[in-house]
Amino acid sequence: MAKGLLGIETLERPEIEAILERARHFQPAPGQAFQKSDTLRGRMIVNLFYEASTRTRTSFEIAAKCLGADSVSITASGSSVSKGESLVDTLNTLAAMHPSAIVMRHAASGAPHFLARYLPTPIINAGDGTHEHPTQALLDARTILDRCGRLEGLKAAIIGDLAHSRVARSNIYLLAKFGVRIVLCGPPSLLPREMASMAPGVELEYDIRKAIAGADVIMMLRVQLERLHEKTMPAGEYFSFYGLRLEHLALAAPDVIVMHPGPINRGRELSSEVADSQRSMILNQVENGIAVRMAVLERVLQP
Amino acid sequence: MKLVIRNGRVICPASGHDAVADVAIEDGRIAAVGAALDAAGAEVIDASGLVVAPGFIDIHVHFREPGFEHAETIETGARAAAAGGFTTVCCMPNTNPVNDSATVTSYIIERARRHAVVNVFPIGAITNGSAGEELAAIGSMVRAGAVAISDDGRPVMNSLVMRRAMENASALGVPVIDHCEDLALTAGGDMHEGLDSVRWGLRGIPGCAEDIMVARDILLAEVTGARYHVAHSSTRNSVEMVAFAKSRGLRVTSEVTPHHLALHTGDMAAYDSNFKMKPPLRCAHDIEAAIGGVVSGAIDCIATDHAPHAGDDKMQEFEKCPFGITGLETALGVCLEVLVHSGRISLPRLVALLTSEPARVIGWRGDQARGALRPGFAGDVAIFDPAREWIYDVNQSQSKSKNSPFHGRKFHGGPVATIVGGQKIWVADGI
Repeated sequence: MAKGLLGIETLERPEIEAILERARHFQPAPGQAFQKSDTLRGRMIVNLFYEASTRTRTSFEIAAKCLGADSVSITASGSSVSKGESLVDTLNTLAAMHPSAIVMRHAASGAPHFLARYLPTPIINAGDGTHEHPTQALLDARTILDRCGRLEGLKAAIIGDLAHSRVARSNIYLLAKFGVRIVLCGPPSLLPREMASMAPGVELEYDIRKAIAGADVIMMLRVQLERLHEKTMPAGEYFSFYGLRLEHLALAAPDVIVMHPGPINRGRELSSEVADSQRSMILNQVENGIAVRMAVLERVLQP
Repeated sequence: MKLVIRNGRVICPASGHDAVADVAIEDGRIAAVGAALDAAGAEVIDASGLVVAPGFIDIHVHFREPGFEHAETIETGARAAAAGGFTTVCCMPNTNPVNDSATVTSYIIERARRHAVVNVFPIGAITNGSAGEELAAIGSMVRAGAVAISDDGRPVMNSLVMRRAMENASALGVPVIDHCEDLALTAGGDMHEGLDSVRWGLRGIPGCAEDIMVARDILLAEVTGARYHVAHSSTRNSVEMVAFAKSRGLRVTSEVTPHHLALHTGDMAAYDSNFKMKPPLRCAHDIEAAIGGVVSGAIDCIATDHAPHAGDDKMQEFEKCPFGITGLETALGVCLEVLVHSGRISLPRLVALLTSEPARVIGWRGDQARGALRPGFAGDVAIFDPAREWIYDVNQSQSKSKNSPFHGRKFHGGPVATIVGGQKIWVADGI
């Protein structure tokens, strides 16, 4: 298999540490823009997005440009995919154009893993179905490190639709590798019991107040309306039981930070007051997204 | 036309025979089994060191004809059967059109007569189009040659329709075979619901979806007195409920596939559709229960659920790939490994699970009686080596499709030659 980045589960801790450290180097000084370099000059990156995405795609594009690489972005709706071409045929066609790497988002879990078995081109997973979203977990870890200075020994509460969340899976794998105590919280139908066995140090909790108690990090997950195949809970009940409100923060550690992968649904997963509060890291996450993706592109593409 | 198979270890569970002997076949039928048979004018096969058994019977295959000939035809499926030691197969009705009428049943029988090297018996649909609503013309299909009824792959969810099907089948003397799956519980599922499906972000197929339907069907079998057969049993509860039904004296039987005896979710290569089938590969404790069921008799026979799919159908995102794997050519190798070499059952018992037992489940009678090496029975024989080491290469498969999870696997023991009606129809390479 070509060198790429398919997921966090199989990544070793030193590799993660190296990416996070390199990302810190790429972070802009306060009030400054990202520094441009020509580290990856002459390299061509294809961004292939089968699912709608604003921040991840833009973030990868900017990261590539900051490193001097050329990138082209393709979305499923404007390509031969909409003419019925199979995934394998599309990827073979793109691979024949000899890109240095393919950044790929797809609605099917495992789509990049399946392709990586057949293609020589390195594939960077920008989110596959309900499986993994490795660069999101890396940028979340960078954000936590920036604020808390460490990962070891922290308590993180991950709250919402765990069943359908690739962000949650990648974060669980990453945080567990660094000794974070992880509490998963959501309605039972969206929180499979097996998740407690995904990694060491994972607990399940159905009461948001208990999940948040003493937490250093609160990660809110988006309610994934596009992935809900059935009504597991009346919509109105969701916010009243699992939405994050300002008064909840008093239960957490004094310096608690609130994270969200975006896009946020104000009033569904978290109240506007929380989203706009000093505790919210949502915009720091976006900025770190570029720094982390620069580190990932550099790692994958440098000879 | 005479054929004598010399000096093999002749295992015929139905007649209680297990000794080195000769088997003589004359005019397509077994003429004699005994020592030093007269071979004057006969073709002779030396089977020294090999096992000579009744031809294997697989009561659960998909030959895709009519309608999906790009994946398999009756001709290619039959050749794959022969390469696995099988001389008789029963075809599930999920073709296009569905085998829900005497016309389609007769078409399959006629195609098989012309093109198949093994005996092919159609299984009729329970409902029109296997849509689960109106009963199909079951009587006409049975009269035309269908040996059982099933809506395999699209199980009958309506309990009243299933009850009526059992009542009709009971009067016609054929078993009802059910693919047990509560479709509401499995909708959208891609693999067994458990830690691996959660890790991989794939939607789960819970074991209880099978158990619920097995339980329902057993209750209906009790009410109707029908012969009821559980297809590809895959869960511990399903095995235990069949054992319960048998203890109550109900006419309930079940089968297990070789892959459900050998593989669990932990053996899956992530997102490799050659491990995607229904029911899905389950847990280690389900395998143990299935092997226990084979040992105890709760499970009556082995059936492959040979389900060929064309390469491009299986070369897709995992969730888009169809369910099913091929299995005829690897069945013996897998079963020897997990059942016999492991010491769980004897070799004659495995032969029974592949011959006399599936014959009993279907209930062939008169001149169609099969599954034994008895004088007068069809001259259908499987000759196999119980120990020979070989590696399965799916690219050499006789099947049109190559979707097997056992590609590259090393086996100890496999088919050597297959004889149907006294004709040698397949011989292993290098023999």
